Amino acid sequence: MRFLFKTDYEDDIRLFPHSGYVFSYGILIAFLLIAPFVLSSYLVSQLVFVCIYATVGVGLMILTGFTGQASLGHAAFLAIGAYTAAYLQQYDVPFPVYFLAGGLLTGVVGALVGFPALRLTGIYLVIATISFAFIVEEVLARWESVTHGNEGMRVKTLSLFGVAVPRDGPTFYYLCLAVLVLTIVGTLNLLRSPTGRAFVAIRDSETAARSMGVNVSLYKVKSFAISAAITGLAGVLFAHKLSFISPEMFTLQLSIEFIIVILIGGTFSLHGAVLGAIFLVMIDPFLTYLKDDLPGIIAGIAAAFGADSVTAGKVHSNVAAIASANGLKGAIYGVIIVLFVLFEPLGLYGRWLKIKLFFQLFPLYKRATFKRQKIYVKSERNR
Amino acid sequence: MLDFVQQLVSGIALGCVYGLIALGFVLIYKATEVVNFAQGDLMMLGGFFAFTFIGMLGLNYWLGFAGAVAAMALFGMLAERVVVRPILGYPQFSIIMATIGLGYFLRSVVGMIWGTDDFKIETPFSEGVLRIGSLVLAYDKLSVIAATIILCALLYLFFNRTTLGTAMRATSENMLAAYYMGIPVKRVVSIVWAIAAAVATAAGVLLAPITFIHSNVGLVLGLKAFPAAVLGGFGSIPGAVVGGVLIGVIESMAGFYLPQGWKDVAPYIVLLVVLLLKPEGLFGIHMRKKV
Repeated sequence: MRFLFKTDYEDDIRLFPHSGYVFSYGILIAFLLIAPFVLSSYLVSQLVFVCIYATVGVGLMILTGFTGQASLGHAAFLAIGAYTAAYLQQYDVPFPVYFLAGGLLTGVVGALVGFPALRLTGIYLVIATISFAFIVEEVLARWESVTHGNEGMRVKTLSLFGVAVPRDGPTFYYLCLAVLVLTIVGTLNLLRSPTGRAFVAIRDSETAARSMGVNVSLYKVKSFAISAAITGLAGVLFAHKLSFISPEMFTLQLSIEFIIVILIGGTFSLHGAVLGAIFLVMIDPFLTYLKDDLPGIIAGIAAAFGADSVTAGKVHSNVAAIASANGLKGAIYGVIIVLFVLFEPLGLYGRWLKIKLFFQLFPLYKRATFKRQKIYVKSERNR
Repeated sequence: MLDFVQQLVSGIALGCVYGLIALGFVLIYKATEVVNFAQGDLMMLGGFFAFTFIGMLGLNYWLGFAGAVAAMALFGMLAERVVVRPILGYPQFSIIMATIGLGYFLRSVVGMIWGTDDFKIETPFSEGVLRIGSLVLAYDKLSVIAATIILCALLYLFFNRTTLGTAMRATSENMLAAYYMGIPVKRVVSIVWAIAAAVATAAGVLLAPITFIHSNVGLVLGLKAFPAAVLGGFGSIPGAVVGGVLIGVIESMAGFYLPQGWKDVAPYIVLLVVLLLKPEGLFGIHMRKKV
């Protein structure tokens, strides 16, 4: 294994701790750049969604993962970004302008939400953000002069410096990828700055952070604003990808999906946001695949174990009936969430770290390295 | 004036249902500091059990009611054992996510078993009205209000007068200390979940004549019951019911007097305002950590 000797502060805050990182990320970027030419257009389209969800995940990670403020209202921020884009586009505002305007406006709204959220913690904050999201959803449905209410809004094809960027083309994919990469790099920079360190301090202990001189209120509002702004930027891309937006797309369901993204990925690192987004977006095609192919496979296995053709056919139709039952997706979602919380609380990225450490430390790996302490005396009410 | 009283009563009846679901939240929160996002779905499942017993098997209403409550109490214990107990002691966020997952699962499974249609349970209160002068009050609404008052009183007595209730309060204060004092913490938590699921079932069955039972009813009402619990201050039993009634009355008044669209948002606006002025809710006790 490689030992990193840090001799000064510059070593500690380096983005790539050693040259191996440059190599592996280089390969990843190269693969992502050639992806539109080797993958089917459906998969590229899913990759665009991965980029958008990952961008939202990074935004949410700043707030929930690093500042410790839960939010179930991020769909509302996404909606504000998306509607800003759709509205400004009607007046022929160029893309770079409304892209930034969407982020800025959402950031301002995020700060406004952050102020009332200052005095709230835990469950109260969750409820407050849910309420906020409901109010935004209702405003979008009722403010018909701007949002066209429940009829929704059409979003025209994106045009960047006079060139049309169709939502299915590779250029749009590169745009989303660029936004994601820039967001991640920006966030990494933020996290090694005093602001980011203050966020983490607030997450770990508000009281301790305050006694170290961190202005808790200021940084909480900042965290809300930054998180919302990033989500707003993702919202602009989201609007273009879907080409049609209406209020019922931005429900609590979507907010929960964003939380699932960071939960499944792992809430302690930005890798988690990306891994979670990949998982959440790719589970849909995977389930469709299972639905189509699983009955055949299971019937084949049954036949291999000596079942006659009648029994195998029965097995086939039974499995097909179960696989195509309505609402199976919701049940699988539910089971996945519960299983992750119970057995893999550090998420996919946590699992990756465990595997990596296992090979680095090979025969000396101990499971207890990642064991979390259970605390039965800390009451969340006394904080 | 008559309209006002009419709206008030139907608001209170609706609010009592919210209050009953909120009671479940509060019970579980009081005993274990777990926020159960699946509470509304437990109510929905209880409603479906009652529908199966009464509507499909043709049992007597009261027998079916009791059967559903008993079945759901067992289910509550099972859910606690499988989903919640392994993660007690971890940050609240994990537990919230686990219960959200449980809710997803229950909604889909109920949709797969019973279908996604609306169902109606025949109850002795479905028909008939009480006339006081020119005021007309439906029995189904009055039954909800009466049941809420009775359940609330019972739970209040249980928590404040019985040994088990005291043990539950001790567990909620400090699980570890309660354990050292010889309180069987695991069993206490399990019983709390059973009670919460039973209360939710009562809410579901009482609600059945007013709105139909369908697989998403738990999500819709649960999201209204949440503000109710928060408004009352999470962790206060009377607070949950008062909060529920407030939300119900606000909703029904906003639906009647304000333009369309305010009905659904008004409770949340009131909630945000209350949280701004009093972050711990109306009846919550604010405690600050000593360093």
